[in-house]
Amino acid sequence: MEFFADLVLLIDSTLRIATPLVLTAFAGLIAERAGVVDIGLEGKMLASAFAAAATAAVTGSPWYALMAGVGAAVALGLLHGYVSINQRGNQIVSGMAINIAVAGAAPTLANFIFHKGGQTPLLDEESRFSIITLPGAEALADVPLIGGLYSEIISGHNLITYLTVLVVPATAWLLYKTRFGLRLRAVGENPEAVDTAGISVALIRYQALIIFGVLCGFAGTVLSTGLGAGFIRDMSAGKGYLALAAMIFGKWKPVPTLLACLLFGFVDALQGRLQGVSFPLIGEIPVQFTIMLPYVLTVIILAGFVGKIQAPRASGIPYEKDH
Amino acid sequence: MMSFVNKMAATLAVSVMATSITIAADFKPVLLYDIGGKFDKSFNEAARNGAEVFNKETGIAYKDFEPSSETQYEQALKRFARKKADVIIAVGVGYSVAVRNVARKYPKIRFTVLDAIVDLPNVQSVTFKENEGSFLVGMIAAMKTKTNKLGFIGGMDIPLIRRFEKGYRQGASYIRNDLTFVRNYVGTTPTAWNDPIKAAEMARSQYSRGVDIIFSAAGPSGLGVIQAAKEKQAFAIGVDSNQNHIAPGRVLTSMLKRVDLAVLAALRSAKDGSWKSGHTVMGLKEGGVDFSIDAHNQALITDDMKVKLADARSKIISGALVVDDIAGSNAGH
Repeated sequence: MEFFADLVLLIDSTLRIATPLVLTAFAGLIAERAGVVDIGLEGKMLASAFAAAATAAVTGSPWYALMAGVGAAVALGLLHGYVSINQRGNQIVSGMAINIAVAGAAPTLANFIFHKGGQTPLLDEESRFSIITLPGAEALADVPLIGGLYSEIISGHNLITYLTVLVVPATAWLLYKTRFGLRLRAVGENPEAVDTAGISVALIRYQALIIFGVLCGFAGTVLSTGLGAGFIRDMSAGKGYLALAAMIFGKWKPVPTLLACLLFGFVDALQGRLQGVSFPLIGEIPVQFTIMLPYVLTVIILAGFVGKIQAPRASGIPYEKDH
Repeated sequence: MMSFVNKMAATLAVSVMATSITIAADFKPVLLYDIGGKFDKSFNEAARNGAEVFNKETGIAYKDFEPSSETQYEQALKRFARKKADVIIAVGVGYSVAVRNVARKYPKIRFTVLDAIVDLPNVQSVTFKENEGSFLVGMIAAMKTKTNKLGFIGGMDIPLIRRFEKGYRQGASYIRNDLTFVRNYVGTTPTAWNDPIKAAEMARSQYSRGVDIIFSAAGPSGLGVIQAAKEKQAFAIGVDSNQNHIAPGRVLTSMLKRVDLAVLAALRSAKDGSWKSGHTVMGLKEGGVDFSIDAHNQALITDDMKVKLADARSKIISGALVVDDIAGSNAGH
């Protein structure tokens, strides 16, 4: 029973940790399937985290915060698009430039606006996406099995986490079941063919980057106004890169990418739980070791179990009509 | 006659210049923060408060610097040493190696380092008995808990933070011995001070496992613990600065580490010339550590609790009660 209760808590925690990961990994997935490589996920997440927290602090409304967060990420996505689609610049350089620029600009702006040394003020409950307790969660809490599952795992998350659950099937549907998805994938594999068919490669790629920006915006917003309560310097803490790894590990496909994100989230939750626990024979595992766990696991899985990874063929290559 | 007037004017001009130079070059103190930044509502902010008091008292401005990574410690120290600062105050145990290196190179510059011990003739080291303050908040937690499960969340896993944990546990066990403890450390690198999301997740996990009071010694990451306490309607215990106001009614108390007093004393003594190198320890007796009671948590601490706390305090000060320590807490790492 103890084990079951622990497992429920671990899964509950996994869902929270995985929320920003899933959103950014899916953002990256859409961009790369359309042939635009973006290692600037981290920067866009951070920018929208800042925009959301700053807006929430000023207006007191999480909805304006969400709009600002999405707006910031879409704007940066379009900037990246302009560099890599119109100007045919190097996409890695552009993405990295955005990361570095945001890491400096966000705390500087925060200091300029709020004078709190690169942070935004702590947000109160009304201006955040706070926890939603689903109907009946309290009543069912004591029912064995189902009660724990419902009241701990399903109930008690913020709105964006629930939205994320919808994002996954929606993205899969968009990519594989719609005409737009077919074109998007074609643009990432063989842009010449799409161009021959009379469809604008640039337009499809820009559209993909807008969707990308919206998803990144959600991820940043959930960081600063859902899971956290304010913007703090470098608060994305490498999650953008982890999402990138999850996307590659998931072979640019929605379901494996989702599973990869959940795995990363689970291992992170597990390492917190394992700290200070005494095991038979081994004794207590040192903190240094448990904290290594997610990264060790990533290396093992990437090196041993994933198999051949094939990126979208035109990913990272600017499309040039005239050659 | 003309030449005399000229001479007078010249002397006057020189003396005016001289005074303006002495004002400009009067006293140049520098304060270097640790990772986390000066508005962390905790350790660094306490240091800043001390310097602000000095600034109000004397009107003397101080220069400060917030490093964004460990590699900047030494660069910043060197930069201000080269500019001949009158006293450079570095807060945080992370500075110990950097201060040792730079102080050797600039033997004429005075350095004050907080939380670390550097044995050089031009360095003043100030350390705190965090375990004594933590003992008292541990007692408060033990008297307040309803689930008999207490939590601890540390920032970076270093001996200094283990010292907080040790005092906390010992203080709680001093009240009753049927308690269970759960602990987490956010990380093993300085980024652990700046990850409130992870700290909040650890706190949620602890609260869900039945912990009802968590003491966090984690700098800005601790704000995540306080936020989780608000969400779960449980208690958190703040650290370093008085954090009771951050979530009134949900912060049981704060373990105060009077970094502000240490910074203020260093600045005052450097200015009036009484600054001395060597090692000072600030415990309960010296007023270096304490716990906070204010309008926000008054109702949570009963008179009965206060009596027990006062009794333990006097025993610790007299030496009748010894709070255990962790070796190497103020050594460099």
